Amino acid sequence: MRGAFIRELTELAAADSRIVLLTGDLGYTVLETFADRFPDRFFNVGVAEQNMIGVATGLADAGFIPFAYSIATFAALRPYEFIRNGPVLHRLPVRVVGTGGGFEYGTAGPTHHALEDVGTLRMLPGLAVIAPADFEQTRTALAATWDLPGPIYFRIGKDDRNVVDGLDGRFELGRAQVVRHGGDLIMLTMGSVAREATAAAAVLDAEGIGCTVVVVASMNPAPADDLAELLAQFPVALTVEAHYVVGGLGSLACEVVGERALGCRVVRCGVRSAPDGRSGSERYLNALHGLSRDALVETARGVLHESAS
Amino acid sequence: MKTIVTSNGVSARQLRRIILEQSKRAHVGHIGSALSVADIVAALFGGVLRASAPDDAAHADRDRFVLSKGHAALALYAALHLRGALSRESLDTYCGDGTLLGVHPEHELPGVDFCTGSLGHGLSIGAGAALASRLQRSERRTFVLLSDAECNEGSIWEAVMFAAHHRLSRLVAIVDLNGQQALGYTDDVLNLSPMAERWRAFGWDTHDVDGHDTDDIAATIEGLDFAGGPPHVLIARTVFGRGVSYMERQIKWHYWPMSDADYEQALAETGG
Repeated sequence: MRGAFIRELTELAAADSRIVLLTGDLGYTVLETFADRFPDRFFNVGVAEQNMIGVATGLADAGFIPFAYSIATFAALRPYEFIRNGPVLHRLPVRVVGTGGGFEYGTAGPTHHALEDVGTLRMLPGLAVIAPADFEQTRTALAATWDLPGPIYFRIGKDDRNVVDGLDGRFELGRAQVVRHGGDLIMLTMGSVAREATAAAAVLDAEGIGCTVVVVASMNPAPADDLAELLAQFPVALTVEAHYVVGGLGSLACEVVGERALGCRVVRCGVRSAPDGRSGSERYLNALHGLSRDALVETARGVLHESAS
Repeated sequence: MKTIVTSNGVSARQLRRIILEQSKRAHVGHIGSALSVADIVAALFGGVLRASAPDDAAHADRDRFVLSKGHAALALYAALHLRGALSRESLDTYCGDGTLLGVHPEHELPGVDFCTGSLGHGLSIGAGAALASRLQRSERRTFVLLSDAECNEGSIWEAVMFAAHHRLSRLVAIVDLNGQQALGYTDDVLNLSPMAERWRAFGWDTHDVDGHDTDDIAATIEGLDFAGGPPHVLIARTVFGRGVSYMERQIKWHYWPMSDADYEQALAETGG
């Protein structure tokens, strides 16, 4: 998704000279597309994320639309207070771009696993939080939001080949996208791990369990009305996210169910345990935390069994 | 390019009086910090800043001012009042319910460019503002007023390196070197010496000034090369609580409010 994001950004920058790209010394083989074409609007600020967001704030105040790029943990968490007191407090069009949601930097270890970025940033009022599920949605989400008047956090995936069946690149701010229809169970999912959710739904479907799958890329503004309408139709919902179960999509679903007094049980599939030192591939870590296709199938079967008994 | 410094009636004596009046009326502290920068703010708002009055707020090329040591906001409010940007009625809402005039500056208040109050934030914003003026080929300059203890923050040095690397010649930092911080003297809490040499070593055009000599501050700024070269810093030697004898160099006046007797004495000493 990184490549798709930067290619789209480069095209947008060709048409609008307000777009500036900053990086905290990350993005090798990714950012050159922009940097080579617009060297005067590309700044590697060095390994200094707080300053990157501060500089972006000053640029945005003067009329620019700065994109500040790093690995998601460094982009979102190190300068969190600079995001809060800068673009959020001043309502400026800074775009924080965090690459590698969840376990996408698996073998890099827990310092690189973005498991709380969406939750922490979703709390900041006026900050749009956008977590696309595949490369095509990344492109359309950027095209739809790059010139919003307020600040944005983009949580984009590493893998440019990721495709979520049925999504077809659809994105609308404040809306959710249904990618699969079924009558027995609903899964809400966010980010690259959506591919595991859709794969699990296909397995369940073969067993005769109909599964509706909904991609939520617009985490703020949240698609509360869409979710309420969907959740009201099901007795049980699984939320699937490579994120701690607190603060992200699982929490959002619970907020909607609680506030609308819906009769839907929410089962939050996500990370529940503290880092224990184990590292490995994204595939391994997703499975370890119940986010692989097979683990989700198991969870869905168990939940439906409990509901039936 | 020369900066034209004109007198517009903003004086440090008036600033100090307003700082004392409002602190007493609202019964709040941070008095010593505001008095420490009164002469620096007088120099800036007394003529250095181009088009700093609120009726010029829309002027794209006006200079920007970032009060990175946001806890001295009362000095800024006083200056805005003396420049006609802030009415007496508004000034008298300082620290009241629903006011835009809190202890730290709020950008919703006309004349305030940036919200500050979290130390270590302002210089990177200022660096971004200065970079923007270069990209826009504007002669707009950015002034950032820092506390010395604020240089405890690592983010300050991130911004120091960035501004030097990009030779942001329209960026001016002013360090209020009063040697104090909330709980003690900077030499005891976290040694910052030698302050000027540190900035110089990072590649800044560094000037030592008497932070209570408005003319020295203004003349030093007037002599800076804004057309090229490195960013500039004025290491402004100041006395915390300057002008009120019992506050000078006293830690407690970082937070302490004045009693009636304190206030009378302070007014008398500052030319009441």
